[in-house]
Amino acid sequence: MTSRMLELSGVHAYYGKSHVLHGIDMEVRPGEIVSLLGRNGVGRSTLAKAVMGQVQAEGGIRFQGAEILGRKTYEIARLGIGYVPENREIFADLTVHQNLLLGMKGGATRQGRWTLDDMHQLFPRLRERADTPAGVLSGGEQQMLTLCRTLIGDPDLVIIDEPTEGLAPKVVEQVGQFLQEVKKRGVSILLIEQKLSIALDISERLYLMGHGIIVFSGTPADLKANDAIRKEWLEV
Amino acid sequence: MDFVVITLLNSVAYGLLLFMLSSGLTLIFSMMGVLNFAHASFYMLGAYFAYQISTWSGFWLGLLLAPLLVGGVGMLVEWHGLRHVRRFGHVAELLFTFGLAIVFEELVPLIWGKASVPYAVPAQLEGALFSLHGAAFPIYKGFMMAMSLGMLAALYGVLTRTRIGLIIQASLTKPDMVEALGHNVPRITMLLFGGGTALAGLAGVIGGNAFVTEPSMAASVGFIVFVIVVVGGLGSLGGAFLASLLIGALQTFSVTLDVTLQQVLTLIGLSLPADTNLARVSLVQLGPVLPYLLMVAILILRPRGLMGVRES
Repeated sequence: MTSRMLELSGVHAYYGKSHVLHGIDMEVRPGEIVSLLGRNGVGRSTLAKAVMGQVQAEGGIRFQGAEILGRKTYEIARLGIGYVPENREIFADLTVHQNLLLGMKGGATRQGRWTLDDMHQLFPRLRERADTPAGVLSGGEQQMLTLCRTLIGDPDLVIIDEPTEGLAPKVVEQVGQFLQEVKKRGVSILLIEQKLSIALDISERLYLMGHGIIVFSGTPADLKANDAIRKEWLEV
Repeated sequence: MDFVVITLLNSVAYGLLLFMLSSGLTLIFSMMGVLNFAHASFYMLGAYFAYQISTWSGFWLGLLLAPLLVGGVGMLVEWHGLRHVRRFGHVAELLFTFGLAIVFEELVPLIWGKASVPYAVPAQLEGALFSLHGAAFPIYKGFMMAMSLGMLAALYGVLTRTRIGLIIQASLTKPDMVEALGHNVPRITMLLFGGGTALAGLAGVIGGNAFVTEPSMAASVGFIVFVIVVVGGLGSLGGAFLASLLIGALQTFSVTLDVTLQQVLTLIGLSLPADTNLARVSLVQLGPVLPYLLMVAILILRPRGLMGVRES
C-alpha cells in the first residue's frame, strides 16, 4: 500500500474564468488528520472540489497511488473519498433515514467500518428523528447527519469543509470528538477549517493557504510557534 | 346534471392525459433545470410509432413497444446530444431542444406523409362504457383514465418506494451532492430523460387515436403543456397534476357549453355593449385562448405558479 492516501502536486484549479489555485502541493497520509487553514476566499473549498472532480483542474491528484484528476465525481467517491461540503447539502425534503440511505453505495461487497446502528449509537438523535424531514433539524444535528451520511459510504479518506461553522461551542467540541472517533477507525481526514482551536487540537499536520497557494506547512506546534505567519494569514 | 357528469369525466380523462405529458416535462426540468421544447415531439413520436406497430401487429403491441422506443430515442438524445450542449449553458440547451422539435416535425411528414394517418381505436375499446340519459361515455376514455391513473400510481411508487426513486428525488434538488455520495448521476439523468420522454410517448399512444395523429399534433399540444408547467409551478409534480386537471376541465367545458361571453359576464354582474362582436363571441370560440389567459393571470398574480418553488 502506498504511504500517501492523497497527494496533490502542482494543482491549478479554475472556477469559471477565475484561476483560483496556483500550483498546490500537499499530502494526507493513511490514518492522519490534516487541516487546511486559511481565510475565506483563499481557495480552500475549491481545492476540495478539485479533488472531487467538481471544478476544472490541472496538475496531479493521486488517491492511494492512482491518478484521479479527470475522473468523474461519482467514480472518485466510489474509489473511497467522502466529501462533506461547506453548506452541508442535506436533502431537506427527505427524512433523516432517507438521507442516511443515500450515503450507502450500491453494490458494496464488503462490510464497511460503519453501520446504521453505529451511527444511531453515536448520535441517538438520528434514530429518534429518523422519520423527520432533515430540513427541520438544528444546525448541529444537520452537521452530524451529513457527517454520518458520508461515513456510512465507508470512505478511506473524508474531506470535511468547515464542519463547525455556525455551531455552538459545545457542539463544536462534539464534532471534534467525533472526528477523533473517525480517525480511530482508520479513516484519514482532510479538515478544512477557519477555527484555529479545533485544528490545533486534533490535527497531526496543518497546511495554511493564502491567495491560492500553500504559505505554510508543519505541525500544530510549528504553527503555534510562528506568530508572524498566523498574524499575516489567519488573524483578522 | 348528467351532461355535467359526462363532461367532467371527459375533462378528467383529458386532464390526466395532459398530466402524463407534463409530469415527464416537470421531472426533466427539475433535474436538469431546462425546459425541453421537444417534449411534445416525443408525444407525436409515440403516436406514430404506435400507429406503425399497430399496422403490423395490432394496437396492444404498439401500446407496449412504442413508449419504450420513444424512451430509447429520448435516452439517445440526452446521452449523445443534450449532455454535450449542457456545458454551454441553459440557452444552448433550450436552442438544442427547440431545434430538435423542428427536426422531428420535418422528419415525420417525410416518413408518414403530411396528412393524418388512420391510427384507430382498437375494436375491443369501441363503444360506450355507460350512458346517462342519452349522453354516452366511451370505453376508450375510460381506458385512457385507467392507463393514466396506473401510470400515476407507478410513478409515485417508483419515486417513493424504490432506491432509484430516492436517488432521483435527491438529484432533483442537489445533483452534485448525490454524485459526491457515489451515485452515477449522469446515468440517472439519462434514465430520467428516457423515462420522461417514454411517458410522453405513452400519452401519444393513447392520445393519438383518441384525437388525430398528424404532423401538427406536437405543436397543438406542446403549448398547452408549457402552460400547465407554468400554471402548476415549474418543477412541481403536484402543481402539474392540479394544472393538468384544471386546464383539462377549462378546455373540455368551454367547447361543450353553448353560451356566449355576454351570458357568462352577466352571471357576475357585468355586461358588454350588445352591438359589439365581442358580445356575440361564444365560449367555444374563446376555449383555445382560455389556458393562455389563465397563464397570464397566474404570471401576474402568482409568478411561481400554483405550487412551484422556483422563481424562474
